[in-house]
Amino acid sequence: MARAATTADVFNAVAEGRRREILDLLAAGERPVQELADALGLAQPQVSKHLRVLRDVGLVDVRDAGRRRLYRVNATALKPVHDWVIGFERLWEERFERLDAVLDELKQEDNDAQQ
Amino acid sequence: MPSSSGTATVTLPSDTQILIVREFDAPVPLVWKAWTTPELVKRWWSGERGEVMSAEIDFRVGGRWRYVMNAHGEFEVAFNGVYHEIDRYERIVNTEVFEGMPNARALVTNTFVDLGDRTRMEMLIEHDSQEMRDGHLNSGMEGGMQEAMDRLEQVAISLG
Repeated sequence: MARAATTADVFNAVAEGRRREILDLLAAGERPVQELADALGLAQPQVSKHLRVLRDVGLVDVRDAGRRRLYRVNATALKPVHDWVIGFERLWEERFERLDAVLDELKQEDNDAQQ
Repeated sequence: MPSSSGTATVTLPSDTQILIVREFDAPVPLVWKAWTTPELVKRWWSGERGEVMSAEIDFRVGGRWRYVMNAHGEFEVAFNGVYHEIDRYERIVNTEVFEGMPNARALVTNTFVDLGDRTRMEMLIEHDSQEMRDGHLNSGMEGGMQEAMDRLEQVAISLG
């Protein structure tokens, strides 16, 4: 299925490497934009642009703390991406459970042959 | 009752890779046999999603494999590839193409880790691009993607 190329798409938002780095940094705790810029070695306007995309899809929230604005991750918005990978995992787990049954039979045959 | 050996974990080590890891409660030679014998592959490869119509395995370097699954009488899906490397009881490297997306050829490295009575399988699937990797994740799980998109829509609406 083709994914819609819209800014309101979590998949597109996390498809960009720098934005995933920002999410990784924010996963460790909330931070102001300048700290993110320093950690990534980017100029603040660039980081602000990425944060804007992440905020638009709900992956990042912001709050005012005195004179600073602190950004944090909103993990529930990542659920679609998580579920997508989980679906693939489920397919393989179905295969592996059947493979378990095949292996049990092979082990039984080996045991019988040794007796 | 098959002995359960834990669950598969899927991770995305890079933009173009998928890594699947799973342990089995059987020694390497048996896992190897179940993985490479057509009659045995037929019994597990479709999971709960249908029936394997055919499994062809020409098990030598340069040899071809092709699996066809009929999904509950609704449609058929086929995968094929070529074996690039076979190290008995250790490693199989092969290409894999979903015949519905013939341009998205993946390179798959299956590593069989000997844990004595148990085996850990590590499947590293590598694509040329992220787009193809994402397509691979989507193959064979139409329902799952739809659910994910529905949830995405809900998230978008809740933001509006």
